[in-house]
Formats: sequence, C-alpha cells, structure tokens
Amino acid sequence: MTTHNSTIAHIPESAWKRLRTRSVSQRRWSAYTLWVGVFIVALVTFLSVAAPVLGFTEPNNTDLTQRLLPPSREHFFGTDDVGRDVFTRVLYGGRIDLSFGLITTYVSLAAGLVIGAIAGYYGGFLDSIVMRAVDLVISFPFIVLILAITAITGPGITGPYVGVLAVSWALYARLTRGEMLAMREKQYVMAAQTLGFSTWRIIFVHCIPNLLRSNLVFSMSDIVLNILTLAALSYLGLGVTPPTAEWGEIIAQGQRNLFAAWWISTLTGFYVVFVGVGFSLVGDGLADRLGEDGGGT
Amino acid sequence: MALNSNGNQPLLEINDLTIGFADARGILLAADRINLRLFRNQTLGLLGESGCGKSVSMRSILGLVPYPGEVIGGSVLWEGQDLSELSRSEMQKIRGKEISMIFQDPTSCLNPVYTIGNQIVETLKIKLKMNSHEARQRAVELLDHVGIPSPEQRLNLYPHQLSGGMRQRVMIAIAIGSKPKLLLADEPTTALDVTIQDQILNLLADLREETGMAVILVSHDVGVIAQNSDIVAIMYAGRIMECGSASDVMLSPRHPYTRGLLTALPTFEHAGERQPLTSIPGQPPNLADLPGGCPFRPRCQYVRDECASIPVVLDRDFPEHASACPFVD
Amino acid sequence: MLGTRATDESIAILRSQLGLDKPLHQQYIDFVSDAARLEFGTSLTLRTDIGSLIAARAKNSARLLVYSIIVSLLIAVPLAILAAVRRNRPADHLVRLFTTITFAMPAFWTGLLLVLIFSIRLGFFPTSGLGEGWINLALSLTLPAVTIGFYLAPVLLRSLRSSLIETLSSEFVEAARARGLSERRVLLKHVLRNSLIAMITVLGVNIGFLISGAVVVENVFSIPGLGSLMVTSIISRDYPVIVALTLVFAVIVIIVNLLVDLSYALLDPRIRL
Repeated sequence: MTTHNSTIAHIPESAWKRLRTRSVSQRRWSAYTLWVGVFIVALVTFLSVAAPVLGFTEPNNTDLTQRLLPPSREHFFGTDDVGRDVFTRVLYGGRIDLSFGLITTYVSLAAGLVIGAIAGYYGGFLDSIVMRAVDLVISFPFIVLILAITAITGPGITGPYVGVLAVSWALYARLTRGEMLAMREKQYVMAAQTLGFSTWRIIFVHCIPNLLRSNLVFSMSDIVLNILTLAALSYLGLGVTPPTAEWGEIIAQGQRNLFAAWWISTLTGFYVVFVGVGFSLVGDGLADRLGEDGGGT
Repeated sequence: MALNSNGNQPLLEINDLTIGFADARGILLAADRINLRLFRNQTLGLLGESGCGKSVSMRSILGLVPYPGEVIGGSVLWEGQDLSELSRSEMQKIRGKEISMIFQDPTSCLNPVYTIGNQIVETLKIKLKMNSHEARQRAVELLDHVGIPSPEQRLNLYPHQLSGGMRQRVMIAIAIGSKPKLLLADEPTTALDVTIQDQILNLLADLREETGMAVILVSHDVGVIAQNSDIVAIMYAGRIMECGSASDVMLSPRHPYTRGLLTALPTFEHAGERQPLTSIPGQPPNLADLPGGCPFRPRCQYVRDECASIPVVLDRDFPEHASACPFVD
Repeated sequence: MLGTRATDESIAILRSQLGLDKPLHQQYIDFVSDAARLEFGTSLTLRTDIGSLIAARAKNSARLLVYSIIVSLLIAVPLAILAAVRRNRPADHLVRLFTTITFAMPAFWTGLLLVLIFSIRLGFFPTSGLGEGWINLALSLTLPAVTIGFYLAPVLLRSLRSSLIETLSSEFVEAARARGLSERRVLLKHVLRNSLIAMITVLGVNIGFLISGAVVVENVFSIPGLGSLMVTSIISRDYPVIVALTLVFAVIVIIVNLLVDLSYALLDPRIRL
C-alpha cells in the first residue's frame, strides 16, 4: 500500500512502526508455513525415491549379527530384530506410504469433485440420493468399513486401496456439492446459461476450476489421514504383507522389542509425524494463499 | 470545531482521533484526525457511505475497536476525562451506564439462546445494582416505555419470536435503562422497513426530549440524518469533510463531497419528467490505497493540483460550519 | 472351518446347520429377524453366542469411549478458547502448531510412546489389558483414553476454534461488551452457551472418527472391546461376527446422530421438535 508523507506525518512514529511490524510479520508467517511444508514434502519424497542412489539399499537384508543395534552413524535408526537397517526400511516404506497417500487422495478427489459438482448443479432427486450415500459413508467409522472390505479382499495392499477409495470420495463430494449450490446462483454461471453453453461445459470449464481450490486445501489433510490409515491397517496385520517395509509395519515390529530397542518404533513414528506435519503445513499455507487473492468471486 | 452552547463544557470531545488497522494485507487508516464536539441534549448526525469509518469511530468512543485495529493517535474526552487513561474496569462502568450503544441489526444483537427478559434484567442487575425483583419490574416499565404492548408476557419470549421493530425497541430499552447521558446509535433503522424506521426514530426523539441525553446518530441515509440531527458531520474515507448545523450543511453545503451527495438525491420537483440521475463519478475509496492529500481527489469536480498535498482537516476559521476543503466555498 | 480334509458329507451337515442351504432371500430374512431380537447366532471360532459376546465387549468399549471423550474435551476446549481469544497472536499460532503435530501422530504410535514412558519407564500404568475393580479399571483405561484423546483433540480443536472465533466476533457479543458486561461474563455466559451447541455438533459429527481411533487403540492395549473383536474376527475370517459387528456399529452411529439432534432441541430455543 502506498503511504505518502502528508498522510502519515501526524501519526506518532512508534504507533506506525507497531502496525507495520504486525502487518509484515503476519504476512511472513503465512508464507513460512507454505515453504516449510513444501520443503518437508520435497525432502521426504526425494529421500524415498532416491534411496538407492544415496546408498540405502536392501531394506530386507537380514543380518543376524547386527540385531537390535541402537542408532548410530551407520544405522540412523538402528537395526531391528533380524538385523535390517531401520532407516533404509523407513525410506523404502516411504515409497509405499507416499504413493498410497497421493494416489488414494487424488483419485478420490477427482471422483468426489465430479460427483459433487453434478449433484450440486442438478439438485433435486439426484442430489438427495447422492447426499444420502455421502452422509452414510462419512458418518460411519471408516476403519470399520475398511476392515470389513479387507476381510473380503484378503491380505495385501489391495484391501486398503479399495477400502480407502470407497470412503474418501464422499468427503470431496460433500465439500464440492456445498460450494456448487452457492456457485449455481452466481452471476457468471447464470451468464453462461443465458449464453446457451452446454451443461457439461458450464460445469467443467466454468465451475470446477473454482471448486478445485478448497478441495486442494483439504486434500493435504486427507493425504495425512490416508497414510495414517494404511499405517494403522499394516500395524494390525491387515495391510501390507511382511517382509514388505511400511511405516505401520515397522512400528508393529518395533513393538515386539519395545523394552530392548525402543528406538525402532519411536524414531519411525517421529518420521511419520514429520511427513504429516509437512503436508499439513502445505495445506495451511495454501489455505492462506488461496483465501487471500483467490477466494470468492 | 466548537459550537457554543451557553458556554458549557462539551459532554464529548474527540480530538485528532486516528485509528489504524494492520493485518497480512497491509495497513489502513480507518479514521484520520477526527475532531468532534458534542454537548448535552444535542444530536450529532454522522453521515457517510459504508466503510467510511463512522462505525469504527463510534466504537472507539467506548473503547471497543476490534482487533486488528487500534487507536494510534488523538484522544476521546468524556466530560473532560481522557478515556484512554481509564482502567479496563472503569471503562466497563461507563459502558452501558453513561454511554450506551444500539446497533444496526437487532436480530444478531440479542443473544438467541436467552429470553429478552433475561438479557434486560442481566444489564439492570449489573449496571444499576438492582435485585431480581426490582430489575424485573423495571424491565416491564422499560418495555412499556418503548412502546411494546403486554410487556410482562413479552419478557419470557426469545428474540426470534419478536418482529424486527420489536427487537430494536428491546435494544433501545436495554440501552436507556440506565438513563445514559449519551446514546450511540449505529445505523439503528437501516435493517428495518420504512414505516418501522419512522416509529423508531420518533421513539428516539421522544426519549431525547424526556431525558436530555445526547445522541450520535450514524447513518448512510441522508433523509434520516437530515430530519433527526442538530449538527451534521460528513465523513469520507475516514475523515470528516464537513461539519456544521443541520440546516447549514444540508441547505448550503460547502464541501464538494457533500454537494455531490445532496445533488444525487432524486427530488420531486421534476417528478414525471425524464431526468438523468446524477451521481458522484468514480468508485468508493479503497482505504488501503489512498492517494496522498485529499482522498476525494479522484472524484472531485473542483480538483486542482494543490489538492494532492493538503492536510485534510476542518478549517478552524469558520468553526460554526467548517469544511475540509479550503478551495471551494 | 472344518479344515482342509473335510469330507463332502460333513460339509453338507455343516451347511444345513448354518442355514446356508436355504435360498438367499430366506437367509437374509432370517438374519434380519434374528438381529432384531439381538440374536446373531454363534461365533464360528469362539463357539459362544455372538449376542452376549458383543454385549460384554460393548460395555468395555463404552467405558473407554466415554473416558476418551472427556480427555479429548479437556485438551481441546481450553486450547480452542485460548486460540480464539488470542486470535492471530503467538498463543494462537502455538495452538495451531499443536493441532498440526497431533493430527499427524498415528494413534497406535502415540499409544506405544505413552506406554514406553508411563508404563515401562515410570510404572504408573499397566501396559495392557483391563483391570479388575474400579481403581485398576480406571488405571488400565487411562493410557488408552489419553491416546484416543490426543487422536481426537486436533479434529475437535479445529472446529471449536473456528466456531468460537465466529461467535466472538458476532454482533451480540459486541453488543454485550457495549453494555458494559465484563469480558469474563461475556465469555462464560454468552459465548460458551452458544458454543455448547457447536461442541455437541462437533462431537456428533466426528463419532465415526472417534470409533475408528478406538478400534486401533483397543488393539494396541489389548482391551477386550468391540474394536479388538473386529480385528480378531477378520484375521480368523469369523464372518458372522464381522457382519454382526458392522451392524452394531451402524446402529451406534444412528443413535448418536439422533441424540445430537435431540440435544439441539434442548439447547437452542429456536429449534423446537
């Protein structure tokens, strides 16, 4: 904002400085959250993807002479009860967890976005049916539903994928439908209608780009949620099959040696929290950014 | 500017009041060097468009400027006492007792989960130290006084069970219950139908006559201000542009903005003929990005080069009817 | 169930025992009418009546859930009030940081961490299982409840904070302040009462989330509740139990939503049944 000397000359220096500091620091804080978050996500993605290049190989390499070693320069997170380097397993497990989080979240987002947009746009009977389904899915404890699905699909990672996808879409559908209801009444939608654009064009070209905003912000929390769900399922023995490395699985294994080697579960968990915080910060940062210049018509 | 009124000390004196807001988007001055004087039994009408800073200035009188705003310059003197020197509890004592405020939207100003009786009695018990029985009786008297029929029954109703006009009367009842010396009325009729507006304004006029309380009436409606004020102050972009008696300002406006406001009113003279509506050209000001000098510059028909660097204050040469524009008479 | 060496005959006998030889729609009708009478049949693996099994386990889960809700409210409510009242100032940022971190903590890991510190190192609480007698029961449920509390708290915090901010900046709060009521009275009498409705909504809406957390945590601490029953029955493919449990969970959610709606009618005078 422009300040001219004639405008502020009469204001005490200290007061003006105070206001300035407050304004600048608030803006900085929201910028920080976004960049710190992006850094964390980029870092962990890089570590997992480039693990072999960085010298972390053979996550399943058992070596019974190296059992249950505490953290050291050689083994950042120590070793587990069959001598595998825990940090390597965490990085390779990251491949599974991160890809699970990204795939389930964005496939759900795409599906939920379209369903919600159509339901919200048309309203009426279609809308009621879709919303009933959405309410049903959302209010039900998701773990129970996903567990029931894994009972049908059997062991392995297919169960969690199917289960999470079956539940996640509903959140985006509800969010999108709500916004679509409001958007339907907005000027530019009515303008497009009077111009005779086809319904599909209106929904996809005009509405959805605006609807994406809040869905993207929400997707960050959803990634965290989905990763934690996979980890919980694997922890219970109903997700990935051993000896595949995965964060929940590593923590479950670590629990067996909680007395002797507490670091396995603990440090792995801290890594998971680190990843989760990263995604959440990106979400918060996006919310600030998009809310400011982007939000609203 | 001081209006002589039997040489008495002004009840309320606002000197060079400046209020700033600071958040992530930047800094803006919601009020800039506001100067006002108000005496007993006077009504000051504060007229201006939405966002011109009139509501914020009112709240600063009660010390209720919301975060992220704060008073960064000037002072408010109540009966000679600088309000910024008072402690929090002393200020609380003044609120609702010596200075009361009523708001624009009566629906959202009363707590929806408590009965109106509960809310009136609460204020009476705390501010006037009455016991429950006295407070209840007084509440009935007050409701009757503001023109609410069957007040005893109404006490037990919830806000949503009353009409808009009734709710506003309840708010007024709560506000005058403690016989305040000053009533701040922030757009009290804007949310009401025209016929109800009239009733409420008449009620306020009657109460003024009875009690001699001073009133600051804030509105963007020229008619409301013109008919109910002794003194009028015109605000634009956080500054007072003109101030004088109601008849002076309304009938012979000095400031270009006031002139623009008044000419923009459609009149009955040429009713039936097709006359173009005159309006003030340009957009309402963006307080975060004001041009230097006079903020009305971009829309003023009398603008000249010097306008970019003048300080915008009411001239002290004509205290009875002051304008912030030194070039136009 | 019968093992891989079962003869055709014994399979046929078992089928008729389980009613699997009846037409499908008949099986469905039988199931629903039995379920209505709370008869779920017999568990395949445990050989006990499912109905009483669920009843016993439900009692334990219910206790854990109530305890957890109390803990999470104790964490979330004061922090939400602090964050809302000191909005955008350092205290608010700290609370939001707390929310972000706790949201990313896997419930089972939090449980393990608490066990590590408070059971193994400090010995205050048992590491697993359910205690006998009121005191031991409370002690054995404490770490699980705190774990679930930290799991639910960030979700509650987010909603409560934004609802409180909305209420605090609403006009009637401003009007109350303008009447000279003290900040404390404004907060307690006016703001909290209105936010009570929000709190109940938030809890009701997130009951599914809460139950999900409880299911996992029960397994971490070997609490004999509905959650651990669900997991063991899936591992052992005990289908009758799985089906019965899913039904029970659905009913619980429906009942909770009904209760939440009812409480609105009680708390908000604008809504009358």
